[in-house]
Amino acid sequence: MTTDLRHIRNFAIVAHIDHGKSTLADRLIQVCGGLSEREMKEQVLDSMDLERERGITIKAQTVRLTYQAQDGETYVLNMIDTPGHVDFSYEVSRSLKACEGSLLLVDASQGVEAQTLANVYLALEHDHEMVPVLNKVDLPAAEPDRIKEQIEEVIGLDASHALEISAKTGQGVSDVLEAIVQQLPPPKGDIEAPLKALLVDSWYDPYLGVVTLVRVMEGRLKAGMKIRMLGTRALHDVTQVGVFRPGKTKVNDLGPGEIGYVISGIKDIADAKVGDTITEEKRPCGKALEGFQPSVPVVFCGLFPSDTSQYEDLRDSLGKLALNDSSFIFEPEVSPALGFGFRCGFLGLLHLEIVQERLEREFGLDLITTAPSVVYHIYMKGGEMKELHNPTDMPEPTQIDHIEEPWIKATILVPDDFLGPILKLCEERRGEQIDLTYVGNRAMVVYRLPLNEVVFDFYDRLKSVTRGYASFDYQLEGYREGDLVKLTIMVNGEPVDALALVVHRSQAEVRGRALCARLKDLIPRQLFKVAVQAAIGGKVIARETVGAMRKDVTAKCYGGDATRKRKLLEKQKEGKKRMRQFGNVEIPQSAFLAALRMDED
Amino acid sequence: MSSLETHPEADAESPGFGLYIHWPFCQSKCPYCDFNSHVRDSIDQDRWRQALLRELAHFANRTAGRKLTSVFFGGGTPSLMAPETVGALLDVLPRYWQLDSNLEVTLEANPTSTEAGKFTAYRTAGVNRLSLGVQSFDDTALAFLGRRHSAAEARDAIALARRHFPRFSFDLIYARPEQSLASWEAELESALQEGTEHISLYQLTIEPNTVFHGDWRRGELQLPPEDRQAQLYEHTAAILKPAGLEGYEISNYARPGAESRHNLVYWRYGDYLGIGPGAHGRLSFDGARYALRQHRAPEAWLESVEDQGHATRAESALTLEERLTERLMMGLRLDEGISRAAVEAEQGRSLEALLDPERLTALCEAGYLELTHERLRALPAGRQRLDALLGFLLG
Repeated sequence: MTTDLRHIRNFAIVAHIDHGKSTLADRLIQVCGGLSEREMKEQVLDSMDLERERGITIKAQTVRLTYQAQDGETYVLNMIDTPGHVDFSYEVSRSLKACEGSLLLVDASQGVEAQTLANVYLALEHDHEMVPVLNKVDLPAAEPDRIKEQIEEVIGLDASHALEISAKTGQGVSDVLEAIVQQLPPPKGDIEAPLKALLVDSWYDPYLGVVTLVRVMEGRLKAGMKIRMLGTRALHDVTQVGVFRPGKTKVNDLGPGEIGYVISGIKDIADAKVGDTITEEKRPCGKALEGFQPSVPVVFCGLFPSDTSQYEDLRDSLGKLALNDSSFIFEPEVSPALGFGFRCGFLGLLHLEIVQERLEREFGLDLITTAPSVVYHIYMKGGEMKELHNPTDMPEPTQIDHIEEPWIKATILVPDDFLGPILKLCEERRGEQIDLTYVGNRAMVVYRLPLNEVVFDFYDRLKSVTRGYASFDYQLEGYREGDLVKLTIMVNGEPVDALALVVHRSQAEVRGRALCARLKDLIPRQLFKVAVQAAIGGKVIARETVGAMRKDVTAKCYGGDATRKRKLLEKQKEGKKRMRQFGNVEIPQSAFLAALRMDED
Repeated sequence: MSSLETHPEADAESPGFGLYIHWPFCQSKCPYCDFNSHVRDSIDQDRWRQALLRELAHFANRTAGRKLTSVFFGGGTPSLMAPETVGALLDVLPRYWQLDSNLEVTLEANPTSTEAGKFTAYRTAGVNRLSLGVQSFDDTALAFLGRRHSAAEARDAIALARRHFPRFSFDLIYARPEQSLASWEAELESALQEGTEHISLYQLTIEPNTVFHGDWRRGELQLPPEDRQAQLYEHTAAILKPAGLEGYEISNYARPGAESRHNLVYWRYGDYLGIGPGAHGRLSFDGARYALRQHRAPEAWLESVEDQGHATRAESALTLEERLTERLMMGLRLDEGISRAAVEAEQGRSLEALLDPERLTALCEAGYLELTHERLRALPAGRQRLDALLGFLLG
């Protein structure tokens, strides 16, 4: 039984991290009777451990609520919990497209942050009605009036009727439900038209195969149908449709405006791409929903097992992760310094960090991650364009006509005390100021920045110069030509592939010197002195020397020590398999690893 | 002297054949020591004497016809042995082996006054070289090292040793926490006043399963940094050389001719027999070379010997590769290095074929090794970094 359109409301919650989105979601579920108090686990919707721990939603999730409004009518409310982070902005935009409105949730003491802005703009792009909601008004530091003013100034949204709630105590939560019904528009759509549904998200379930989350726009979706994905052209048989309440609940069909799941025997998540349009094979809809674009990785890095015997485990684990994350890609890579591993592509740095953490935590792997690199466009003299994912693969400079790098538009909100250091940081990173405005005692700085300057150690610098008070968000803007060079690090004259970097010529010397100095501290003294150099092409731009060790000998070695001492030598020999030989120098992998963590100084 | 011409042990290239006897008991355990030593309320000297004699007889059978060049009583604290036990063991030797006319018989002794009282009795029993565990001439340092003697007792013991024994040596431990270069130099100069012909100078090492190891792990004890250790080591050689004491091994210095013949057997990779708890041996039979190890625990060793005549816990043939490793590891500790002829006779291949030529060259070029037609030796710069050098050369 499909629901009458007038009794459906689809909404998302737009918020900055930690502003209480998941708590509000849980509270709404509870008030509508989806779960009893006892069944409520904190933050029900963030099901992965990592998500719960970091307070980040990675995958979009949904829940169908039944709400009896003050007008006496019963409404179906579909809430989509979206990932809040910019790395997943494509997923966010798909989730927003499945709804007609959003709650704008703002912490009543912290106010608008960079992430709030980015997501508000996305929601406005999708013509969403917005209901401003101030959360945590029960806290002593709450200043609802000031924050309302800020919302009006920064976002340009009328906040005079903003709701004042506390998701934690439950205060004002029923007003939120009432506002959803009264202020957000119902969906539109013709139930008799050919099926047209948006694929909002998909994930792999070990028992059911790929489960897809869909929003039906027009027509009817039911079990037994043969459906086609308009983007990938793939055909599937629908075996089950249902909704989340929040547990999976089977229904007969899904009609216009409804959000639910579809199980259709898809084995590979790559066949269920977020943003694709689903239609019925024998009665297809005319046109696909607009804006379908497969998500493209923008940040690449190498992942290597620190114990070479874990290579197979790493491969299997990456495969399992990719089952649930179509935006994550990987291919085998061989590094002379680090051995066998994988070159992996991510949507952004947070995505990278999440994947790395899951591999280490869920799969028990010990990983070496090479310095993240963006995707460069290398225009060859012959006119051909090559995408460069790994600095090691940079062609000879003589063959290159020019190189383009990705630029972002970054928005930073910061207490004005820290404005100076922020501007200095952005200028150092080749930034171009677009906008600088004040809202009360907070400044909003908008800069255009090359992404490669951000992946280097921008977040950490930002955190340290503002003592954690800045919030940061960005959007990719496009590619621009840059004077970029490959910086090679050499140990005793041999290039170390894992440490190669692509940098702007103006930064090369500073980076080179920093890396050499760092390696000098990290490479243990050995029998021979070690020269560490940074070079562009054949030209050395920085150099450090690790002096030879001065003393290393067992004081006592007599007849009774021979066996033990020999075994020690034999064991050392085994241990050397984890070392990399550069000329006469052995460098432990741990030194590479630490050098790659440039952010720590 | 006539025997010198006939036996292989006598020729200049031969490392000799030594006997090591382990006495596993101490009055107390020193905090730096990881040797096989045990503290017991009472020891049945007769029973131990009988057992050591039995194990000696067992191995004498297996090595009959050889010529013994040295005997070493080590421990533990061999100066806790009854002189009669030492005498009984030395008395039977001519029955088992031909004895070198220069047979060196060393006994390790602690310089406490009670033990010094037995020195003449050891001499009478046949000991001709005393090795004294002095460790320091500084009373505070002696207390830190857990020693039971004072600096004054040490000097008295040295005087007695000088009077009663043709040869003696003593040990010192340096590179102690907080030890300055100047204070070590002063201590060393005062040690030289004793006029010894042989001295063993060990840098303090933190060994696993010792009291110091625990202190060190908890950060309560710190060794000097590597640079200062190197400086201490280099200064030591520079002070001893003008006094006529050559560093013939990493931690051992002697007037030419006064080297420890027994220890040279180890470093020249000769055959040695080890009896007593935890003793190790290297013995050649029929072209193969065996590594032997006796039961470590004193009581287990004793019962095993009484039961079956010996307490060998492990005996295994060494592979050629293991023999090469051991020979390099031991031989490169010596200033004289190793004989190319000896390696090549054992291995059947040239040194260049056995070792990585590029690494050999790199080590020679760095001034760490010297390779001639006759010998491969580690130069002082190489000896002082020998562990890393071996790791590189054999890695």
